[in-house]
Amino acid sequence: MSPASRNGVLSGEFFMLGDIACAEGAICAGCRFFAGYPITPATEVAQRMSERLPLVGGIYIQMEDEMASMNAVLGASWAGVKAMTATSGPGFSLMMENLGLGVMMETPCVLVNVQRGGPSTGLPTLVGQGDMMQARWGSHGDYAIIALSPSSPQELFDLTIHAFNLSETYRAPVLVMTDAEVGHMTEKVVIPPVEEIEVIGRRKPTVPPEEYLPYRVEPGELVPPMAVAGEGYRIHTTGLTHDERGYPATADDTAQWPLVQRLVDKIEKNKDKIIMLEEDGLDDAEVAVVSYGIAARTAIWPVQMARQEGIRVGMLRLVTVWPFPDEEIRDLAGRVEGIVVPEINLGQIVREVERCAAGRTEVLSVPHPGGGIHDPQAVLRAIRRAAGRKAEA
Amino acid sequence: MATKLLPKELAKRPDRLSPGHRLCAGCGASIIVRQMLAAIDEPVVLSNATGCLEVATTIYPYTAWRVPWIHNAFENAASTISGVEAAYRSMVRQGKIPEQDVKFIAFGGDGGTYDIGLQALSGAVERGHQFLYVCYDNGAYMNTGIQRSSATPLGAHTTTSPAGKVIPGKQQFRKDLTAIMAAHGIPYVAQAAPSQWRDLMKKTRKAVNCGGPAFMNVLSSCNRGWRHGTDETVEITQLAVDTCYWPLYEVEEGVWRLTYKPREKLPVEEWLKRQGRFRHLFRPENRHLIDRLQEEVDRRWERLLRLCGEA
Repeated sequence: MSPASRNGVLSGEFFMLGDIACAEGAICAGCRFFAGYPITPATEVAQRMSERLPLVGGIYIQMEDEMASMNAVLGASWAGVKAMTATSGPGFSLMMENLGLGVMMETPCVLVNVQRGGPSTGLPTLVGQGDMMQARWGSHGDYAIIALSPSSPQELFDLTIHAFNLSETYRAPVLVMTDAEVGHMTEKVVIPPVEEIEVIGRRKPTVPPEEYLPYRVEPGELVPPMAVAGEGYRIHTTGLTHDERGYPATADDTAQWPLVQRLVDKIEKNKDKIIMLEEDGLDDAEVAVVSYGIAARTAIWPVQMARQEGIRVGMLRLVTVWPFPDEEIRDLAGRVEGIVVPEINLGQIVREVERCAAGRTEVLSVPHPGGGIHDPQAVLRAIRRAAGRKAEA
Repeated sequence: MATKLLPKELAKRPDRLSPGHRLCAGCGASIIVRQMLAAIDEPVVLSNATGCLEVATTIYPYTAWRVPWIHNAFENAASTISGVEAAYRSMVRQGKIPEQDVKFIAFGGDGGTYDIGLQALSGAVERGHQFLYVCYDNGAYMNTGIQRSSATPLGAHTTTSPAGKVIPGKQQFRKDLTAIMAAHGIPYVAQAAPSQWRDLMKKTRKAVNCGGPAFMNVLSSCNRGWRHGTDETVEITQLAVDTCYWPLYEVEEGVWRLTYKPREKLPVEEWLKRQGRFRHLFRPENRHLIDRLQEEVDRRWERLLRLCGEA
């Protein structure tokens, strides 16, 4: 470990494990609290945080389970500290109730899911992307969520910082949906100088304490400013449906309508700002590969091979998976003859692609149940099929 | 007539946990499981929390178990065995299977028992299921790579309580889980160690025959986490007993009884210095942690003596 600057940023070039890059990204973003519970393949994030946080004035707590971990993160965030936890499938399931609580109380925090093969205990040491729909819908009730999907340790570092920025901007839990391949991959990671790292903090109230209402938004805005504990503002927050004061308002649907609608709108109506996509070779494409995370990375080679065969194929990589880029996919579906969707599950995001394509183009799923990455040939065969070429062995 | 607890007699029966499992050389868990199951003459049905014992005995397509065995998830071995035990009684009641004296046993490590599984364990014993829960306590999450648990001793280095410049290892004392279980008022609770094998087996017999829920906390060395030689397991376990870090006792129908009293109570240092996880404590700046640990061991030992009417 090279000497860190005072704010804990280890600027430099490293040969670094994905999980460790994630922890370093969090520290760069100003995360000073981590509550977690050991689980393969996310444990290294916790281990790194337990080593690093004490050196930068932060706190690492190992909790008794994942329910407690997620709750401690919410508590820390409300106390004014940027907070994170990291887990994998079974722990992600246990965190779902409190993720919903975080959404309802509008609590900025970051939850990293280093996905492994499921369901249940599944494949603890092997890759999966089977939690993508759980990320969207896993907690009960209606809400919107932001989920990012990195394809490399460098991107896991970058997106962890970005996740904190988004969570502070939108006062919402943000999910970093990585996987066992990226988390356990050791690769070059560049940690930039401190001044090049954009770090966004919490928007605080500007009104005097006696006028502050924790859930009041100004006309035209969707995200209420958030007071930090100890600055003189009175706060009431609850998982019950609440009014602008944060007081429970559960007699009828008067508070439910504006609250739940706003929880969804603050994400959905800011899609333009939130969604990040990476395009490659789509300008003249007859076929598009739409993928994310490690599956997008294994699709690079088949895309190159197909191009050599004369198939005009391009790639759209979803860096942001939730909110879903409906318009971009709709637009793409009008331009290409087929869309190929490789993902390490039996077809989750492909459903979203189908919904947006709405029958205007053929959508081919390239499923994988988890436990390994795709055979590039399987993706190549799907590209050929989408391009109307004869299937070859 | 129950089989006599004599090596000559016990050696005649086949192990219920067969050789060929993939637990590490010198692992305390396999010694404990074999010894405990050998003490039981009746048929047994096991549930197993997630952990080394579960993973290393059931690597697909093999199993090391010669008895019915179920693994569910991490936190719920006690809930699972509750369901199994209740279903068995229901099937007997319905006349679907003949009644036998089946012993239901759950095994979990300290992670799956002290921490994430405590709620399930507390609920299962409160409901009064007839089963024995065994915690093989190796004092950390060894299966995921040695992270601290609430059973980890003060000062121990783990990968999430690393001994460093700012913090010299784990900051808290071990949770006294055995006492917590005794507070449930169940018929039988005991603390045991494989270095006193006959004591361990006798307690196992009492536990499965107590007519209600029973709990045993058994110290299980993990040489990977404790950092000692694979041939030192039993010796180092016995040092935990002789330093009174891990006293052997039982609580039978609310009556506390010491089952082993060291001839000479050794300083806790004698146990610590044999293990790499405590190495940093012997630096001058950390010696005070050894003193704190000794004070706490003494305090708990004195309390135990009082509870057992020995003070």
